[in-house]
Amino acid sequence: MDSQYIDHAMVLAGILFCLGLVGVMVRRNLLFMMISIEVMLNAAGLAFIAAGSAWGQPEGQIMFLAVITLGAAEVAVGLGLTLLLFRHHNSVNVDKLNQLRG
Amino acid sequence: MQQLWLIPCLPLVGFLLLVLGHGRCSRSVARLVGVGSVAMAALVTLWVALDFYSPGAAQSYQVQLWPWFSAGTLEVSFGLYLDGLSLSMLFVITGVGSLIHWYASGYMWQDPDYQRFFAYMNLFVAAMLMLVLADNLVLLFLGWEGVGLCSFLLIGFWHQDPANGYAARKAFVVTRVGDTAFAIGLFLLFRELGTLDLPTIMALAPEQFVMGANRPTLIAALLLAGAVGKSAQLPLHTWLPDAMAGPTPVSALIHAATMVTAGVYLIARTHEVFLQAPDVLLAVAFIGLFTLLISGFTALNQTDIKRVLAYSTMSQIGYMFFALGVGAWNESVFHLMTHALFKALLFMTAGSIILAMHHEQDIRSMGGLRRQLPVPFWCFVIGSACLVALPPTSGFFSKEAILNASWQLPGYGPWLWLGGVLGAFITAIYSFRLLFMVFFGPQKAQPHEPKGWQFHPPLIILAALSLVAGWFVLPTAPVLPASPAGHPPTWTIVVAITMPLLGIGIAYQVYVRHQWQGLRFAQWQKLRQFLFQGWGFDGLYKGLLLTPFTALAQVNRNDIIDGLPKLLIQLSRFLHGLFSQLQNGQLRFYIATLASAAIIVLALALKVL
Amino acid sequence: MIWAYLYNIVFYASCGVTVLATILMISRHNAVHALLYLIISSLSLAIIFYLLGAAFAAALEVIVYAGAVMILFVFVVMMLNQGQRSAAHEAAWLPARGWILPSVLAAILLSLLLIGMYSGQPLQPYGVHGVAVKDVGIALFGPYVLVVELASFLLLSGLIGAFHIARKMPSHMSSNELEEVDHG
Repeated sequence: MDSQYIDHAMVLAGILFCLGLVGVMVRRNLLFMMISIEVMLNAAGLAFIAAGSAWGQPEGQIMFLAVITLGAAEVAVGLGLTLLLFRHHNSVNVDKLNQLRG
Repeated sequence: MQQLWLIPCLPLVGFLLLVLGHGRCSRSVARLVGVGSVAMAALVTLWVALDFYSPGAAQSYQVQLWPWFSAGTLEVSFGLYLDGLSLSMLFVITGVGSLIHWYASGYMWQDPDYQRFFAYMNLFVAAMLMLVLADNLVLLFLGWEGVGLCSFLLIGFWHQDPANGYAARKAFVVTRVGDTAFAIGLFLLFRELGTLDLPTIMALAPEQFVMGANRPTLIAALLLAGAVGKSAQLPLHTWLPDAMAGPTPVSALIHAATMVTAGVYLIARTHEVFLQAPDVLLAVAFIGLFTLLISGFTALNQTDIKRVLAYSTMSQIGYMFFALGVGAWNESVFHLMTHALFKALLFMTAGSIILAMHHEQDIRSMGGLRRQLPVPFWCFVIGSACLVALPPTSGFFSKEAILNASWQLPGYGPWLWLGGVLGAFITAIYSFRLLFMVFFGPQKAQPHEPKGWQFHPPLIILAALSLVAGWFVLPTAPVLPASPAGHPPTWTIVVAITMPLLGIGIAYQVYVRHQWQGLRFAQWQKLRQFLFQGWGFDGLYKGLLLTPFTALAQVNRNDIIDGLPKLLIQLSRFLHGLFSQLQNGQLRFYIATLASAAIIVLALALKVL
Repeated sequence: MIWAYLYNIVFYASCGVTVLATILMISRHNAVHALLYLIISSLSLAIIFYLLGAAFAAALEVIVYAGAVMILFVFVVMMLNQGQRSAAHEAAWLPARGWILPSVLAAILLSLLLIGMYSGQPLQPYGVHGVAVKDVGIALFGPYVLVVELASFLLLSGLIGAFHIARKMPSHMSSNELEEVDHG
């Protein structure tokens, strides 16, 4: 019936995920990397919602709730780490954090 | 004869005591243990001999001590076998051995490594006794290798001088060639007869082998190769003159009386196999003959007193091989015994002279010593007389019998006899040359005779024994095949007796009266050099074997065969370098890696689907 | 009939806005611009959620995501004092050739995802089913109450962690000493 919407919603999720991946890989600013990760989480949530809609079950939205919670906690801690990075190196360039090499 | 096991055990215990007490015991204790163990073994030998000679005793006695190993159908045990042949060898080894040990306890007194010397000597005597008492060929091989090892250790005893180490290595490597052939011969013998037990082999060999066939010939030839290596015959003889780098008692014991006779013992012990291969026996005779002549000619030209005696040993063992080849088995073993006596005497006397002349070994620096050193002089005279086989001495009886048997050999007999007589002639010349150059003529240096009660008694005892030993009959007759009976024509005996006298006369003329100097071929420098270097065998082996081998080793300096494991190591290092670059600490690189991995996994999963 | 068309228009328009906003977002130099584009992207995503019948999710998206998380980002941007200087940095850090490899990787990944999506047979014909908020609530308080509890754990630990990590250091310490204190 309306399966095209579910399919296209999934396609959109895939596109958003890959765009977010591009953003994480390209940017050097830790802040932008975290924003891109948020985009990826968003995409995953969209996939869950679409699946829940396809099956007509509330589990999709419950999972989306879990995803958002996770994203929020991760953002909180991540931004704290970003602040720490900024204080130490006076820059948010993530390439400065390369001492775990070898 | 229950105490037979004591004989090899006592010197072994002596060795262990000396090794364990190294650095802790004094010289006197070392002397007591070292000489005492061999002397006690000699006493036990006498006891065993009394048992053996008592009326009603068995002709042979075999005892199994304990099993050694078994592999498949091969069962080897530690077992001892006593018969007339091994009893004769026991006399020689323990008797002459204890006298030499006694002498050596005085000779080596000043040496700082006194205990180590006697440890090695005891180990040698133990190994040699194991060799002659073994009841199977594997145990014999154990003793064989043991004496080779001790020879190496003792030649290179003064290891601080690298030349001694070189001589020791040379001895070991050259005898190794023979040992390898011996081992292959043992393998073939086991495959043919199914056992390596000596009495069984002696019983089976005439039945299983066809005379003159390929198999016994091959086995006998390989055993001969082993004997040739150990006894310093052609072509594996190059190590013996260099082995004189060891102390003189070592030369006396190992390279005159015992180890070099091991080859003769081997051939005598496995005579049934050789009897089935008459071609090999002929080869034995010819090898003996050629060694006899070549080393005799070489000895004429030597200037080091010990090297003359070394070449003389080579020559006399050639005589023993010669005797084995022509069928004079008992005479060969008899000659072995008498040779042990007088050669040990000659070497020990030479040792006394060397000590008296402050370690001078060149005979051109000696002269006129007969007044200052009377006991060594008379002992040397007696020894030389035995060597030359002058009538009443023991050497005379053995050599006469050998030449008689050689004349009677069908085929090459008279030629071999001629060679033997020529050898006797040369022997007389070089041995009396030595005697005259050392003891006669103007005195060139002042000798100081070494003090000590160990020096003269062994010499005197050995001199007495070598004079009277001719009247002993060795108990080998039941063991070895009888020599050809019959008498050669009388003129041969006359020639054989007069040739040595002729040689002595010539030596007297040249070296004492200094007449007939033309005979010294002084102007033929090249010939003298050739003879001096042992007919160029050293050079031949060096060019043929040593130089290509060292060149190959040089080419393989970086060890090409080792390249394969090294390749593995290099590959591993390379991969390590490669992979460690993946860990560069860059977060974005890690993320890209994650994405790539996810792609790969997804691709695999979807293709599978 | 027009409702069907309206549905299509709104749906695909939202999709387009989401994608466009995301593309623009990841390529901005200015942090605040990027955040604003992200807000737009989440709002259009909320519309899509609603069109898929998940009203509760749409509400959550707007309130929590666009509302709280983004504001958190904005605050941090303000604290980091990213101004003209940082915009210049960003420009320097984003050369054109730096986009190639990630784009290629992402394109490959996307194609694989699409292949995965469209291969195989669907289990049953499916369509858009709306799920009422009441059903979601009953599920949350019923079988999935543990999810709620776990979410609260997560948020608590995140709170405490963020609080500890980002605490204010005494200002007379140098950066080395700050490192030592952090290790302790």
